[in-house]
Amino acid sequence: MAGGDIASLLQRIPVVPASTLGERLDVPGGRPPFPVVAPLASLLPGGGLRRGSVVAVHGSMALLLALLSAATARGVWAAVVGVGDLGVLAATEAGVVVQRLVLVPRPGSDPAPVAAALLDGVGLVALAGAERMSPGAQRSLAARARQRGSVLLPLGRWPGAEVELDCHVEAWDGAEAGYGWLRSREVVVRAAGRGAAVRPRIARLLLPGPGGPVAEALADLAPSPRAVGETRAVGETRAVG
Amino acid sequence: MAPARVMVVWCPDWPAVAGAAAAGSAAQAPVAVVAANRVVACSAAARAQGVRCGQRRREAQGRCPELAVLADDPDRDARLFEPVVTAVEALAPGVEVVRPGLVAVPARGPTRYFGGEPTVVERIVDMVATQAGVQCQIGIADGLFAATLAAQRGLLVPPDGSAGFLAMLGIAELHQPAVTGVDRSAAGRAGVDRAGAGRAALVDLLHRLGLRTLGAFAALPVDDVASRFGLDGVRAHRLARGLDERPPARRDPPVDLTVTRRFDPPLGRVDAAAFASREPAEQLHTALAARGLACVRLGIGSCTGAGEELHRVWRCAEPLTASGIADRVRWQLDGWLTSRGSRPSAGITLLRLVPEEVVDGQALQRGLWGESGEDDERAGRALVRVQGMLGPEAVLIGVLGGGRDPTDRVHLVPWGDDPTPARDANPPWPGRLPAPSPSRVPARPLPAEVFDDAGRAVGVSGRGSLTGVPYRIAVDGNPPRRVLSWAGPWPVEERWWEPGGGRRCARLQAVLDAEPLAVLLVCETGRWWVEGIYE
Repeated sequence: MAGGDIASLLQRIPVVPASTLGERLDVPGGRPPFPVVAPLASLLPGGGLRRGSVVAVHGSMALLLALLSAATARGVWAAVVGVGDLGVLAATEAGVVVQRLVLVPRPGSDPAPVAAALLDGVGLVALAGAERMSPGAQRSLAARARQRGSVLLPLGRWPGAEVELDCHVEAWDGAEAGYGWLRSREVVVRAAGRGAAVRPRIARLLLPGPGGPVAEALADLAPSPRAVGETRAVGETRAVG
Repeated sequence: MAPARVMVVWCPDWPAVAGAAAAGSAAQAPVAVVAANRVVACSAAARAQGVRCGQRRREAQGRCPELAVLADDPDRDARLFEPVVTAVEALAPGVEVVRPGLVAVPARGPTRYFGGEPTVVERIVDMVATQAGVQCQIGIADGLFAATLAAQRGLLVPPDGSAGFLAMLGIAELHQPAVTGVDRSAAGRAGVDRAGAGRAALVDLLHRLGLRTLGAFAALPVDDVASRFGLDGVRAHRLARGLDERPPARRDPPVDLTVTRRFDPPLGRVDAAAFASREPAEQLHTALAARGLACVRLGIGSCTGAGEELHRVWRCAEPLTASGIADRVRWQLDGWLTSRGSRPSAGITLLRLVPEEVVDGQALQRGLWGESGEDDERAGRALVRVQGMLGPEAVLIGVLGGGRDPTDRVHLVPWGDDPTPARDANPPWPGRLPAPSPSRVPARPLPAEVFDDAGRAVGVSGRGSLTGVPYRIAVDGNPPRRVLSWAGPWPVEERWWEPGGGRRCARLQAVLDAEPLAVLLVCETGRWWVEGIYE
């Protein structure tokens, strides 16, 4: 057979590039990822919480609530294990449907069986105190999430997490020497991880934004957040009537 | 709409039969029951000798000198009838006792179960004869009235044939004390009964008008009957047309549905418990389903070999299926046998399933518009599983209600409980903090101290203003941190009108240095607390 024939045959076969193959395999049973709100979508590979993955969240409860909000609004259940002081009101303001937000504040000395049971039926399971778990227990939880198509969201370090979201607080806006109230908080969220998320992504967000939900921060509004904080600290000597 | 198919079990001459049984006389002996000097019931032997209902006692005794005359006693009739009802109920649930001697049962279920009306009739007649020792006749027709008349003739009227069956019968059949609900004994004692007398007069009138059969009466237009004969006439007309005055109401058997199982040897392992829980769960569900019920609150109790008593109630948003009951029992036993803190010291020897709250079985149906979706069902199973591991109060759902601070406005209820807020969210709550709210609300407020730039403690004056400018804040015994910015104070006075019940406090938001950390502080009786953390 001549070489030209093979080339023409190859053109007729629908060739799938290897780069897109990975994303297809990412979707077990072809189910789409759990949706997240638009400002967070750019941080996550596939624009959502991929089913069966582990997404670690550091340093911000508001970030976790923002991650849960869009999915619970679409009928997905979420559970938070081991957090005794979650602000349910803040969750509502962030857009979480609290009727589908389950709290297990005291899972006992070993939260792993509780988290495993929840991963069976609840789509999004956030877990505090995961650092203290043994590597074996962590692996079995991740395997359970992968098998069930749920997403495990450990609050803290998690070796082998697909995405790690790190939240760094820049500044609070709204309160000034007695006037106003806390309106919004500017944060920088860094996403890093494995696979499709290996390239670090950074987003500057208002978390919480005005009124509660997460919003994109406009860079030109706060050129140097640290400096803003300093000036406020200096300007606080004003007396209050 | 045609009335439901009804089976009527009729014991002929029941007062006489019951009276003879109570007096210990033979069933074949001539017996008459007399109320107010009139015969109200007599046995077949007495009837053969010319005794009739309505005769005077002396006249009946004249016709049949060996007649045993018994006083009328409705209590005796009812008491002796109970075995008959039980016998019928054993084969056909939903028994309605129309009066002692007459039982109505919806015929559809038993007919389909036993595979045909003649089979059911045969089995029930046998059952009543063997268990209660009483002869009975059975009729099946559409509607209670037609079925009663069919039972008196021992007929099975085909479906939709009631009107035709009734049309051939005489107009006097309308006067049926059993069906019209006239109390026989009351009528006998009082001599007259208005409803009964009214119906008897109606029958007499219709007869004199030339309407000799029920069919002739049924052929009259209903509005003409209404305008001439009134409400009772319309009811009689409905009966004559083969319609029902009312459908038979179910009698729920007042039995204890608790299922109890003993285990020997005691259960000590989870897999054995899982296996053992299946059968009692199935039994409870079957017992409930046979009565058209389903369980929404299930009590699971157990005793251990060491005499410990464990009991837990499972509440479910949806009625439990057989597998749902089995799952809960298994999870509960699993939870008891594997819990670390309160593990029983011996194996489980007794299991008790108590349906604490039941609903109609139809509530088992799924919502039409997918309210009970697959996701919700899966999540529900997982949550119930966790409740089995940690106890029902370990799995919580937040309910938003009214109030001013983030603690007040949220009310946590165990999953499965009624999610009703403690306080109404609708009335205005002045002094409520604007959004965003703190993302962490400590269950117990953390102590805090607020200092000004000279290191003096800052408080809130009686007029609701700060006594100094916050410069450093120490939270929960930690070293003080610089204040980057702050807002407030917002004084709140709650329920000041209640003697001793009021609350006076002031709130302050502060952003602390290092990585900016915002906290919500509240000053109450001179002390500062951290009520929320904006993390």
